[in-house]
Amino acid sequence: MYAVFAFVAGLVFGIGLLVSGMVNPAKVLGFLDLTGRWDPSLVLVMVGAIAIGAIGFAIAGRRTTTVLATPMLLPTARTIDRRLVGGGAAFGVGWGLAGFCPGPALVALGAGHLKAIVFIAAMVAGMLAFEWIERMRARSSARLEPAAGGASE
Amino acid sequence: MSIDWTAFTPWSALAGGAIIGVAAVLFALFNGRVAGISGIVGGLLRPSFPDWTWRAAFLAGLIVAPIVYRLFAGPPDLTIEAGYPTLVVAGILVGLGTRYGSGCTSGHGVCGVSRLSPRSLVATLAFMAAGFATVFATRHLLI
Repeated sequence: MYAVFAFVAGLVFGIGLLVSGMVNPAKVLGFLDLTGRWDPSLVLVMVGAIAIGAIGFAIAGRRTTTVLATPMLLPTARTIDRRLVGGGAAFGVGWGLAGFCPGPALVALGAGHLKAIVFIAAMVAGMLAFEWIERMRARSSARLEPAAGGASE
Repeated sequence: MSIDWTAFTPWSALAGGAIIGVAAVLFALFNGRVAGISGIVGGLLRPSFPDWTWRAAFLAGLIVAPIVYRLFAGPPDLTIEAGYPTLVVAGILVGLGTRYGSGCTSGHGVCGVSRLSPRSLVATLAFMAAGFATVFATRHLLI
């Protein structure tokens, strides 16, 4: 049941991306081109999503279990550090280069666009590089300070 | 700044945004999780992934969405101007950046901002600023 609801959420999310026009990289780049001929559509996508999201997450945040009686696993992290800002900035550069972020690129892949498949393959390679770098760092720090004990995540 | 009134689609943007919001809320209420797409993909790339079924199911929903959409609305507008080398560089940056930054436009931009998470507000400002700067550089400085 849990996976069925995840599928439905993904499907509805994808339909929302398609209706909003945000699966189209040309439209996203039109929004990011502030000093050119600017397309403000993405602002209204955020307004629509956050208006609904703010109400829904306020309700979800007060619950300790889901409707399916599984535990609520909403994030609790609060640290704002170099990783968060630097990672966000690196993502923003990639987003600005292609006009793709992960969700729309997966929808475009489903629509059969070869360029989206290439983008997703490169994105997965970047994520695997992250896993590898973090494992190497955890291993070398575990060797340097045996008391500190490995990875944090 | 001049607004491109021919490209601006306020009503479909608002409606699509609301549907995205509904999806995020459904996922929070039924699955108890934030609909962060980079995190959902990233979780499949770890050495052990006991929770792969719901992750794969969510991503399958995203991938099937254009097939369902096409039945009612025809093929979506989708213009990918970037060439293959740019797509590869952009993809690697998006992959690395979203994992180091713990999220993307969905997890931080939609869900995190909806939850008024200070972390997500900072991340969203960071990727928006970098996105604006990158398009400014590629469209107005380098050409």
